[in-house]
Amino acid sequence: MKILKLPKGKLDLFASVVQQFGELHAPVEQDGKYVFKRLARWPDARLEYDRTILPPKKYFLPPRETLFRYRPGEGFVPSTDGLDQRIVLFGVHACDVYAINILDQVFLGKYKDPYYQARRRNIAIIGIDCTPDKQCFCRSMRADFVDHGFDLFFYDTGDYYQALVGTALGDDMVLATGNLFEPVGPADIDAYKERSWNKRRAFHLDVEIRDLSEIFEMEYESGIWDQLGRKCLSCGSCSMVCPTCYCYDVSDDVELGSRAGKRTRSWDSCLYFNHALVASGENFRRDRASRIKFRFYHKQRGFVAEYGRPSCVGCGRCVSACPVNIDTAQVIDRLRRVEDVGSR
Amino acid sequence: MLVADEVATYHPVLTENPYQPHMARIVRIHKMVENNHLFTLRFLEDQLAHSFRHQPGQFIMLSVPGAGEMPISISSSPSRPEVLELCVRRVGRVTDALYRLKTNDLVGVRGPYGNGYPMQEIMANDVLLAAGGLGMAPLRSLLWYALDHRDKFGNITLMYGAKRPEDMLFREELVALVDRTDINCLLTVDADPSGAWKGHVGLLPALFDYAKIDPARTYAAVCGPPVVYKFILQRLLDLGFPKNRILMSLERRMKCGVGKCGHCSIGYKYTCMQGPIFTYWDAINLPEMI
Repeated sequence: MKILKLPKGKLDLFASVVQQFGELHAPVEQDGKYVFKRLARWPDARLEYDRTILPPKKYFLPPRETLFRYRPGEGFVPSTDGLDQRIVLFGVHACDVYAINILDQVFLGKYKDPYYQARRRNIAIIGIDCTPDKQCFCRSMRADFVDHGFDLFFYDTGDYYQALVGTALGDDMVLATGNLFEPVGPADIDAYKERSWNKRRAFHLDVEIRDLSEIFEMEYESGIWDQLGRKCLSCGSCSMVCPTCYCYDVSDDVELGSRAGKRTRSWDSCLYFNHALVASGENFRRDRASRIKFRFYHKQRGFVAEYGRPSCVGCGRCVSACPVNIDTAQVIDRLRRVEDVGSR
Repeated sequence: MLVADEVATYHPVLTENPYQPHMARIVRIHKMVENNHLFTLRFLEDQLAHSFRHQPGQFIMLSVPGAGEMPISISSSPSRPEVLELCVRRVGRVTDALYRLKTNDLVGVRGPYGNGYPMQEIMANDVLLAAGGLGMAPLRSLLWYALDHRDKFGNITLMYGAKRPEDMLFREELVALVDRTDINCLLTVDADPSGAWKGHVGLLPALFDYAKIDPARTYAAVCGPPVVYKFILQRLLDLGFPKNRILMSLERRMKCGVGKCGHCSIGYKYTCMQGPIFTYWDAINLPEMI
């Protein structure tokens, strides 16, 4: 992998050059929190942010998206609205890039999702390293570092950003700046290692995911699920803010006064009552407890069976979003504990 | 540097879209049973009508324009191509809209999806088909596949139960099978108020008394409401069936059919991808299955 460095003072220059590759989007401050948004001007970008309310998922799998328009006589005509829009996402954290790689496994595996595929191709990602806060457990989820899925990835090493070049497009971005980037030397590598070490030590949370699948199987009937079910409001906030929750619903709407219409998909959540409801009235997860159990089970157990790792990346967003303070790391911790009577 | 054309020419949404429904014409609506009609479809594109192939046990996603899309198991056998037969119970919003359509109206079809029955494994073995009520819909594809390739299978036994004779799906064609000597076709009804029924009267498991089954060389395909699974599965286990030779066809809410939308997951499997045919071994390892 090509590794270069960019003097910090040249970052704004780099940002102005990179705009020729697409509309520049980055975290900006909004009501004391952060959101990924189109930059009106470069100084609005906040690269030292903790976490955005919504993950970059919203760019690749929009909250609402028209899949087809239906016209009598023409059938279902695919909608291509917005798919070719070129965007450069600046300042994506490692866990969020990792989450996009997980979405790739779902949407670009068997039966490729062409809408996702088009967006993934047209949206460039420039990642940036971060310092964990007390909600982050990405290291436990092996998502504190990411080795692919981005075009460029920046590490703050003091006076420079050390840049990993992930794709040919990333390389084009570097070349387009002329000679802003410099080669790295032994001192830069040492600076990176120091940064890496400091990051590792900054974590407050540590959960163990080895053999978690098996513990989930053993604790499937645990009382902890009923306790969580009594607490959970089924609001689905955790799903909305989750960078890897990809469930979606599909609905058809007819235009008033015509037989034409459109087919739309929108984000869904397994915590909603009708997620597993079928037309006959049978609901395979009628109880709230069974739904919140399913969400944990699918992230930490089901996804492992299917794709080889949990789909959780430890970003901590579900903890921030939950109105009743259900804490993923705590739930995993409780499941693992021997002495927790609540789990029987 | 990226060339602008590259984006303009890249349109998987138009060319390789797994969500694309293909329009099909309703060529026949057979009112088998009140609110359980058999819809026969043929793709508008001849090429597609010729090339469409499925495995018994697979399903399609059926679009009723303006109402929505739903998973429906294919009731016709791949040995009888060109058209698709779908047995649809009128039970919700989209099926309601389907029932408002008439012959020659258009619907959308994409698929086939799911694993289907493991035909390569089943062939050369005996087959036991056990269905209750609407459970006959997916099993009918397997039934006719086996009958149309009769020399490739051992003994074939069908056990099918309905509430009353007038509730029996595919009644005419199944009754016609009773006299055939190359299949043991056992039909029963829970009750026969009219007194005109010539077959068995009683619950489905009672048909085991009339069936000769060798569990060591038989695959059992079971489909029906929960009560069917409850009694038939126990009976099969008592007979000594290996758990991976008991095949069940399941239904779940589905929005995509291709392992994305998340609704059909059972435990850690997707009904649309690893199912809808599961073995009994899968069932006891997956929570919430039946």
